[in-house]
Amino acid sequence: MAMKKCSLPFAGTDEQEKALMAIIDKHREIPGALMPVLQQAQEVYGYLPIEVQDIIAREMKVPLSKIYGIVTFYSQFSLNPKGKYKISICLGTACYVKGAGEITKKFQEKLGIESGGVTPDGKFSVEECRCIGACGLAPVIMINDDVYGRLKGTDEEIADILSKY
Amino acid sequence: MSCIQTKSLRNTVFYKKQERVALRNCGYIDPEKIEQYIGVDGYQALGMVLTDGSFTPEKVIEIVKASGLRGRGGGGFSTGMKWHLARTIIPDADQKYVCCNADEGDPGAFMDRSVLEGDPHALIEAMTIAGYAIGANQGYIYLRAEYPLAVKRLEIAIGQAKEYGLLGKNIFESGFDFDLEIRLGAGAFVCGEETALMVSIEGNRGEPNPRPPFPAEKGLFGKPTILNNVETYANIPRIILKGSDWFTTMGTEKSKGTKVFALGGKINNTGLVEIPMGMTLREVVYDVGGGIPNGKKFKAAQTGGPSGGCISDKNIDIEIDYDNLISIGSMMGSGGLIVMDEDNCMVDMAKFFLEFTVEESCGKCTPCRIGTKRLFEMLEKITSGKGEMEDLDEIEQLCRYIKKNSLCGLGQTAPNPVLSMMSNFREEWVSHIKDKKCAAKVCVDLLEYKILADKCVGCSLCKKACPVDAISGEIKQKHVIDQSKCIKCGVCVNTCKKFGAIIKE
Repeated sequence: MAMKKCSLPFAGTDEQEKALMAIIDKHREIPGALMPVLQQAQEVYGYLPIEVQDIIAREMKVPLSKIYGIVTFYSQFSLNPKGKYKISICLGTACYVKGAGEITKKFQEKLGIESGGVTPDGKFSVEECRCIGACGLAPVIMINDDVYGRLKGTDEEIADILSKY
Repeated sequence: MSCIQTKSLRNTVFYKKQERVALRNCGYIDPEKIEQYIGVDGYQALGMVLTDGSFTPEKVIEIVKASGLRGRGGGGFSTGMKWHLARTIIPDADQKYVCCNADEGDPGAFMDRSVLEGDPHALIEAMTIAGYAIGANQGYIYLRAEYPLAVKRLEIAIGQAKEYGLLGKNIFESGFDFDLEIRLGAGAFVCGEETALMVSIEGNRGEPNPRPPFPAEKGLFGKPTILNNVETYANIPRIILKGSDWFTTMGTEKSKGTKVFALGGKINNTGLVEIPMGMTLREVVYDVGGGIPNGKKFKAAQTGGPSGGCISDKNIDIEIDYDNLISIGSMMGSGGLIVMDEDNCMVDMAKFFLEFTVEESCGKCTPCRIGTKRLFEMLEKITSGKGEMEDLDEIEQLCRYIKKNSLCGLGQTAPNPVLSMMSNFREEWVSHIKDKKCAAKVCVDLLEYKILADKCVGCSLCKKACPVDAISGEIKQKHVIDQSKCIKCGVCVNTCKKFGAIIKE
């Protein structure tokens, strides 16, 4: 099977690598530390390209295949960079029942991208996400850490939300 | 000054029928201040257990057993029995672990989030008590990364508990040590399954393992382990303090205590409610939940998330407890309770839950990996208008096969929503197949957009807006939609808001 590679060239900085090494050093002796290392590495780089996985594999003395297996298993890990503003549309049951499917379509149309995609300027990315536990406010979306709830899904409302960024 | 009469919160219909045990402190105390938790009898149960010589680990387990507390994560296994097994199965184990499942992945349930964010010390206290009871001195909380505030508050709480000597070495100078570590999940629903969760803490792909061996014998890092969820633990300090007799006064014969439900969907009072087991669904929906908005009719309530089923209006007077829900083809699950009205299509809902399990199937065993996918395709065939009556039998057969042969709970329960929606709303499925109609107007392929001749003024706005040129008609003449071209995007309906001449049916 061909290795899933990221479409964009890798542009990690020395600073990022230094931060990654510090994370790895902190976790070397802890049993089962691979997950926290990958999570924190993703915080540093924003995603987990194969180059970063390679460093972790070498330093933690774990086969790259295992790392790749973990990264592709969990939905939180991403092989592709996200937009500056990450729009997550909750598709939990409560939100779905209240029309989150329509809202997803509206955002995709408005931004001209599919779910999982990034706008060409790298500003927005859209993804459907699992229940974020704000079912009382359904339907709900998150843009980075901002939560927007009780959406009606009108064009004006969506334009209004996007204009804040 | 005139005195305005305001009903106390306690006396509103919403709260009157509730009984708050697991959620007792949520919203009342500042979760970032340990003093406030201690001020409401916090850590008293732990102190009692560790300092009162009569509280042997066996006695603690006896109390939990006698309380009848069952796992609030869905399975409903006796918590006391779980602890008993972990204590006794391998008595001379050099290391044991206490784990907490805080990977609340069930869409539509958020009670664990509420406890983690509103009362984190209750979880710490309960896990420490569990550690004492089974003979473990290390605990892990497997927490969803999607709950950043819960992570933060739990970290603060663990820090404060250590500072106060309520976690760490020699707690209450009893010689008992217990430490806690948070491990973050990474968005995999299957990690709610106990063996998968432990494999994930060990730093692997969260794929489940066959049981036996059960975790009580061979769990995390190969050592005896107990795993309970947040809500289950949240009950423990109260049970220890007030006694098992007090706990058994609430609930039904086989389901004691209370259960938190996350009311959501088409209901007026959305949010968390904690009710004594045995309350009827009608009371939950109409009294506590305040009924259905916009004068719509109750159609069904869905419990148990992607593992559960639906309760139709003919069963609305059922008393909610573990066994009653199972008897009508649903299950308690972690407590999501989503209300649906006449605008929700039951075939579509079954498809929604199945899409979830298809995506979340870990892929380790074939019945779940391929079975759910094939099942999903069969449902798609029906919602796209190509279904045949034989499909219904085939769906049922495949459902039974997946249930019987899957490795873990995810696959074994994945067909439940389909089976339950099918048996409760068979007419609706048949109508999708025979009449090619979706009464709730949800399944797009079965809908037709039509222009009402008597309302159309021939303004041509819809014609201009249609992305596929499916609408024809001269200015000031009646317009028509060519059904063979129409992609059912619904843009025309929006352009015709003024005249309301375009409908879907």
